[in-house]
Amino acid sequence: MDLSIFLILLQDGVINGAIYALLGLSLVLVFTVTRVIFIPQGEFVSFGALTLALLERGQTPATIWLLLALGVVSAVAQVWQGRRTLSARRVLAIAGTDLALPAAVAAVTMLLAPMKPPVAVQIALTLAIITPMGPYIYRMAFQPLAEASTLVLLIAAIGVHLALTGLGLVFFGAEGSRTEPFSSAMFEIGSLLVSGQSLWIMGVTAALVAALGAFFELTLTGKALRATAVNRLGARLVGIAPSMSSAIAFTLAGFIGALSGVLVSPLTTIYYDTGFLIGLKGFVAAIIAGLASYPIAGAAAILVGVVEALASFWASSFKEVIVFLIIIPVLLWRTWGAPVVEEDDH
Amino acid sequence: MSALFQLEKLFVAYHGVDAVRGVSLSAPRGAIVSVIGANGAGKSTMLNAAMGILPARGQIIFDGAPIHGLSVEERFFKGIALVAEKRELFASLPVEDNLALGRFRFRREGRAAAHAALDEVYDLFPRLRERRRQLAGTLSGGERQMLAMGRALMGKPRLLMLDEPSLGLAPLIVREIFRIVVSLRERGVSILLVEQNARAALQISDYGYVLENGRVSLEGPSAALQEDARVAATYLGFGAHRGDDGDDDADGDDDAAT
Repeated sequence: MDLSIFLILLQDGVINGAIYALLGLSLVLVFTVTRVIFIPQGEFVSFGALTLALLERGQTPATIWLLLALGVVSAVAQVWQGRRTLSARRVLAIAGTDLALPAAVAAVTMLLAPMKPPVAVQIALTLAIITPMGPYIYRMAFQPLAEASTLVLLIAAIGVHLALTGLGLVFFGAEGSRTEPFSSAMFEIGSLLVSGQSLWIMGVTAALVAALGAFFELTLTGKALRATAVNRLGARLVGIAPSMSSAIAFTLAGFIGALSGVLVSPLTTIYYDTGFLIGLKGFVAAIIAGLASYPIAGAAAILVGVVEALASFWASSFKEVIVFLIIIPVLLWRTWGAPVVEEDDH
Repeated sequence: MSALFQLEKLFVAYHGVDAVRGVSLSAPRGAIVSVIGANGAGKSTMLNAAMGILPARGQIIFDGAPIHGLSVEERFFKGIALVAEKRELFASLPVEDNLALGRFRFRREGRAAAHAALDEVYDLFPRLRERRRQLAGTLSGGERQMLAMGRALMGKPRLLMLDEPSLGLAPLIVREIFRIVVSLRERGVSILLVEQNARAALQISDYGYVLENGRVSLEGPSAALQEDARVAATYLGFGAHRGDDGDDDADGDDDAAT
């Protein structure tokens, strides 16, 4: 392997790593705020990518029906759980976020999809369809289990993952899709060819990381999420309901998942179940970070991407095995070293 | 003076045992009510149930309305704040963020109001102003207690419930904290004070309850309780049982909910 091949592999690795980093950050966020290990994160990637692919072909994506259905279930779940204390204003708010919003998104999509709108509009529609599924799924599957152990929440997460994968097959079929790159430009840096698409991925990832940083450091809502993560009871004692923090965390997870799907779809063919594998690599990064540290998760994700790229060159048939093997020394080190993440309280 | 807060025949099970067995208690508006008792008497369990952290049987009435079915957050929005025994601070956030989050319920009121509220708490606890950029996890015990109280006050509570504010603190700091508690009564905040340090608690409170094995064994105006021979012997360290219970600040208070 000479330097130029190494540089190409490195570039590939860093670009994939950027996507894994987004997913890893999202997994850390959801776990610290809600204690849910969000296995279905990857489904948001496939749903995002495939929804965009359908919009690109001028078809109305069936995910809008899923969005409507999840909204209805979420609304029913919330009204049922709060049946004793619900105020009229709260019911109106629920109807707004869970019924009116998805209905509006679905209507706009049905209107615009056949007209093949510009790419920016397609992407905006995709994000609008997929993002709200995050909080709806939280209200449906996880909020009723708020007091359950991490293990029960994990089992629920696996259930949601299996259900969404099946629905993905129904909506998108077994065939994969790939979307057009946002940019077909190519730049030459020394001996290295850099595609416009890879610059897009790096740029969007950097912007999203910066925006998340600003959200957590500068806004009171962001600080409320951190407060819930460091001391759930303390947050409740100042009126920060875990259900509110969790819904925000799941909204961010839905958005990050859908955006990752949009970014990754021009790079590789995405099938209804591809997202799981991509999400799992973000999960490896999150585990290396002890499901606790954002910077370590980001750095680990880049490492995962680079290891994957190098492995695919030297031992392509063992590429996935090598990537997932990284987790074992980390687990050993975490078991025998000082534990970073405390098991939740009882 | 009508009662702001009442417990009626409250039963609380904790770890499968009835830790609180039929406690009735009333906190009038603008008064300090203290609940004293030994380690494990059920004091913290009672407060945690009053705040909704632990499930309970019996009546909990705030401002004339039952609040039994409300969550912790909803009780906080009604105007009840609990400064828990373990303080429950946001250790990895700076002092000022901890305080700002205490006002989360008023987040739509704008910057000026938030600054005014911060200044009010800083005036009450000048030490917190000096430490505003420091992480809450690095504070001393007394500062942590001040921060927990300051954070609770940021939410403008009408009833402030304090769980062992003197626990593990040096006598000088205890005196300062109790002086501030008295000044809060003057500002119209009603206070329910749970303490093992019976002497200090009875000195500043208007009315007192003695909790033994999850039951109220004695109640009365604080001055009268201080005179009571049994209280003096068991909790104030006079007479035969000196030092057995009263000022013994062991941390292993296992009636605290975690």
